[in-house]
Amino acid sequence: MTTAEPQAQSKPIPRPDEASLEFFEGARRGELMLSRCIACGAWLAPAARICTECLSEDLRWERASGRGVVFTFGVMHQFYHDGFIDELPYNVAVVELEEGLRLNSNIVNVPNEAIRVGMPVAVTFSEQGDGIYLPRFEPAGD
Amino acid sequence: MGLLSGRAAIAGVGITEMTREPIGTTDQVAGRAIRLALEDAGLTKDDVDGLLINAGVTNDISIGLQRTLGFRNLRLMNHMNAAGSTAGQMVHYAALAIDAGMANAVVCVFADTPLRGGSAGAAYGQVRASTGVQALGPAYGFFGANTGYALAARRHMATYGTTHDHFGAIAVSNRKWAGMNPRAMQRRPMTLEDYHNSRWIIEPFHLFDCTLVSNGSVAVVVTSAGRARELRQPPVYILGMGQGHPGNPNRAGFENEMNTGAQIARETAFGMAGIDNDDVDLCELYDCYTYTTLVTLEDYGFCAKGEGGAFIEDGKLEPGGSLPTNTGGGQLSGYYMWGMTPVSEGVIQARGQGGERQVEKHDCVLVSTQGGVLDYHATLILSPHPSNA
Repeated sequence: MTTAEPQAQSKPIPRPDEASLEFFEGARRGELMLSRCIACGAWLAPAARICTECLSEDLRWERASGRGVVFTFGVMHQFYHDGFIDELPYNVAVVELEEGLRLNSNIVNVPNEAIRVGMPVAVTFSEQGDGIYLPRFEPAGD
Repeated sequence: MGLLSGRAAIAGVGITEMTREPIGTTDQVAGRAIRLALEDAGLTKDDVDGLLINAGVTNDISIGLQRTLGFRNLRLMNHMNAAGSTAGQMVHYAALAIDAGMANAVVCVFADTPLRGGSAGAAYGQVRASTGVQALGPAYGFFGANTGYALAARRHMATYGTTHDHFGAIAVSNRKWAGMNPRAMQRRPMTLEDYHNSRWIIEPFHLFDCTLVSNGSVAVVVTSAGRARELRQPPVYILGMGQGHPGNPNRAGFENEMNTGAQIARETAFGMAGIDNDDVDLCELYDCYTYTTLVTLEDYGFCAKGEGGAFIEDGKLEPGGSLPTNTGGGQLSGYYMWGMTPVSEGVIQARGQGGERQVEKHDCVLVSTQGGVLDYHATLILSPHPSNA
């Protein structure tokens, strides 16, 4: 009887769809693209279909500053997915952007032990695989 | 006091074995809990004229349960979903329908069988999307409910100085209660040191901050107060009901990680029951994580916002404490049947059938069910008396 070798697996790679194309294209260009309501000006999650503040469907893509602070974070030790096995423990974070919107992401270029709630951060982009780039955040000066 | 207070009652509760082992298909297990609940109430299947169904993470029971279980007299039926808070809401809608004359004996059932040979994490942490913005969570390594709650707990710790000792005190208290509950899945004594030594799941959560996971089912039978008095068990009157669903706007100016729907649900439920916090004898709170207990106590107004850690650290939630809480071990050490964990233990305590763990004064039992990542909330005020007067 033989045992199959564990297959090295990459982290999940998001596939752009029509609604999210501009977000992923922006990430590849090095720009953080979010949805924004033309009617009331609210910044919205990428690929929003309708404004959570005024219910307008009149939205457009707009480039965000990419600056913000760590709103909260955690350090994952639990194994869920083969693609993360070599990264445990890794951090997950919520970043509050200057625009007011909060995004789920990771904090990079800093040890997990040095991450603090309220820490200023700025967006940076890294390749997840297959030419798909994702926004992540690194410590920034005040 | 509201017009509805005390007009409906829980007349039966059925709790299956709670286990990590396979115990049958989810619909079969649901049927088992319903059979137990009807036996408990002294009712037959033909007496049931309402059926409200809540599926768990396996999401494999729905309105088809009517056919599977052969219910033929239903005047009321629905498959309901507000995540973990649904159990409280099913009882709300059952009580409202009974008071409106739309049904007389409504079964509310939750069943879930997520443990099928894999880990609990496998059941709750599946990658569900690979396309579009829905796929970003797994790409960043956000998996399962543990992540959202850990992030919320961190926010509370950073804002108010809440500590692991506070969370640990809650875990230890639950385990003490579980030691007196034959149904509890974790009964081995636990010290604060054991808590601190338990492995990290996702910082700031240790293993013992997180609920266990169970295969099982719980059903309750809701009927009118008058009918309940004629049945086998002491009626458990529903004195108050309320809901609050703030969601999470995920934008500046909101702190929903630290302010749950319990704040809103409390106003409605306490108002209907005509009670204040001093009237509450014991609490059965949704405790998927230690932090959930802490933030929920704050939101019900037992202490000021941010002071939950200091409030609980004197052991008042423990057996013999001044505010007995999660008296069956809760979800952390008892069994994880979503909102049916607090509902079922609330019924047992209100009846005075808690055996070794029975709380002496049990005239007013606060039951809270909670879902999403603190998005949805439902409250029940239960009592062996038809009014608080």
